[in-house]
Amino acid sequence: MKKIILSLLISMFTSWSAFAATDTIPWDKAPNKINDLGALQNGAKLFVNYCLNCHAAAYMRFNRLTDIGLTEQQIKDNLLFTTDKVGETMKIAMDPRQAKDWFGGTPPDLTVIARSRSGHGGTGADYIYTYLRTYYRDPEKATGWNNLAFPNVGMPHVLWELQGERKPLYDTVMSHGHEAKVFKGWQQVSAGKLSPAEYDAAVGDLVNYMQWMSEPAQSMRVKVGVWVMIFLLIFMFIAWRLNAAFWKDIR
Amino acid sequence: MAEFKEISPNAPMAEKALNWVDNRFPLSKLYKEHLSEYYAPKNFNFLYFFGVLSLLVLVIQIVTGIFLVMHYKPDAATAFASVEYIMRDVPWGWLIRYMHSTGASAFFVVVYMHMFRGLIYGSYRKPRELVWLFGCAIFLALMGEAFMGYLLPWGQMSYWGAQVIVNLFSAIPFIGPDLALLIRGDYVVGDATLNRFFAFHVIAVPLVLLGLVVAHIIALHEVGSNNPDGIEIKAHKDTSGKPLDGIPFHPYYTVHDIMGVTGFLLVFSAIIFFAPEFGGYFLEYNNFIPADPLKTPLHIAPVWYFTPYYSMLRAITTEMMYALIVCVIAAAYLGATRAAISSTLKAAVIGGALVLVGLMLAIDAKFWGVVVMGGSVIILFFLPWLDHCAVKSIRYRPDWHVWLYVVFVLNFFVLGYLGVKPPSLMGERVSQIGTLYYFGFFLLMPWWSRLGETKPVPARVHFVAH
Repeated sequence: MKKIILSLLISMFTSWSAFAATDTIPWDKAPNKINDLGALQNGAKLFVNYCLNCHAAAYMRFNRLTDIGLTEQQIKDNLLFTTDKVGETMKIAMDPRQAKDWFGGTPPDLTVIARSRSGHGGTGADYIYTYLRTYYRDPEKATGWNNLAFPNVGMPHVLWELQGERKPLYDTVMSHGHEAKVFKGWQQVSAGKLSPAEYDAAVGDLVNYMQWMSEPAQSMRVKVGVWVMIFLLIFMFIAWRLNAAFWKDIR
Repeated sequence: MAEFKEISPNAPMAEKALNWVDNRFPLSKLYKEHLSEYYAPKNFNFLYFFGVLSLLVLVIQIVTGIFLVMHYKPDAATAFASVEYIMRDVPWGWLIRYMHSTGASAFFVVVYMHMFRGLIYGSYRKPRELVWLFGCAIFLALMGEAFMGYLLPWGQMSYWGAQVIVNLFSAIPFIGPDLALLIRGDYVVGDATLNRFFAFHVIAVPLVLLGLVVAHIIALHEVGSNNPDGIEIKAHKDTSGKPLDGIPFHPYYTVHDIMGVTGFLLVFSAIIFFAPEFGGYFLEYNNFIPADPLKTPLHIAPVWYFTPYYSMLRAITTEMMYALIVCVIAAAYLGATRAAISSTLKAAVIGGALVLVGLMLAIDAKFWGVVVMGGSVIILFFLPWLDHCAVKSIRYRPDWHVWLYVVFVLNFFVLGYLGVKPPSLMGERVSQIGTLYYFGFFLLMPWWSRLGETKPVPARVHFVAH
């Protein structure tokens, strides 16, 4: 019995350390620019140019972008293909079968992706912010790219022109009697169009746009909420005094 | 039948109108019986808000539900999109949807508080057994309502949660697989399941719920409310027949409840407007991914309000069955040797226990897990006949009884916590102990509730003027 327990414990620890080595890295905190219209507009531009070819955002209407300060004319001129109408949702023309051949699966719809990826590591925005900044070259993969936040991802590094190419650096440490690789930082292999700081800012804009797109009513929700709370607090005072006025007779 | 009442032709218009109605419908009578002359104990505390709050949340759910149904599409191909349509394109749709999704969790919060209140103050005791039974039936209907409603957004958690729970039915011997098929209407959860769950969620179960709520309140108003002291206020009446410790529900408790409702709305609104997902507990993150029958999520957990029962389901492993068999044998032994019953009954106890043990060995633990999960709710129905304490309220029970209740509540929280976590060895052990405590608390109640020295119960309620 003791042996069984012991072997169980050992296997638990060893499997844990093996897991730790391949585990994804902790998520970075995405900048919060959810009320920064300029950033959101820049994010929308990046989204339409880089994401909206393979990914759809089928619940998001183009003309909802007026909420982040764009006019319908601006949307038509800059973000729409000539055949699209401004009241349509962000659909794409890619054939799902081809997508399966190219990436191993249909790229997911991105409308509410920022909400779906929240977890114990942080918000969905944190996850996407980390994910889009941790691509590296991996010749073993069909696309030639791999990712630290999403190991063996099917999507290639779409933003590589902007970021350039990077290589993750590891420290080798001993953990539970095994050698384990611990991620320590990045090495820039070739420069991109943007400096690392500019790239982080651009991805920050994109992620904030996706966060906004996942719930376009969110700023409105908070604004209305403040007034509702103020009303209820005042009403609470009235209800409290009303109650006291009636109950003063009860002994 | 009341006598037809004539009124002076010179009476004010409103009075004449009321008289006209009263001669045809018991309007004034109902108003008096249920509001202005319904005498409630004056010593209600904070916990007594949760009855009216349950009613409030029921109304919120029905009203927001009506508006959601106007835009929702019960079709596997369009359900997810129609929810996002409500969130984006329907004016104020996001508010209606968040009210409904937060309302579902709020319903369980207030109902759990309401049940806890009844549990500690002995509100299920004679003569309020039917009030309690109707209440338990409401809770059961509510669980069905919540479970089926959760499928409708057609996200990953909706889909796989329903898949897991419906599959549980297939563990029932002989009829299980066919029963599961009947519930789903298909071999997997699919469009047929969505449509029937929609029908149950929007009309069948709400009708049952409303009927039960009416029965619950009629039964309550027949026997009168209990109170934190567990004293019958009708035992002390003034010369006009009004209970000395009672006050008319209206206006005293109506103004009081307005305050309680406002307090509730403050919390409810704070969640709706500032944290509608509530950290993934009210709206699970995975549910923002459309249902995909080919992709099983790594970790499937029910929504928080079901997790204590889910924990108890997971606790029933093959090993645990041996522990349960020991419990059954011990219970049969005690029944046969210690209980003051006839020898034929004793033989029946032993025979019954042997058959049960045989079945427990013969049928898979998965089935007994389902039995335990169902039993954990069904056992509540028996509470009025399990409790044999001389006093009703926890205030006058022996001090160590209070600790049993404290541990019961903590245990419920621990089971709930373990139910959201992925399975682990440690969690399994803790949930097994928790399951034994949960059932031991109820099944041994006829024994322990009699023990210990109760405190003297005062004749009149304890009341501090506001």
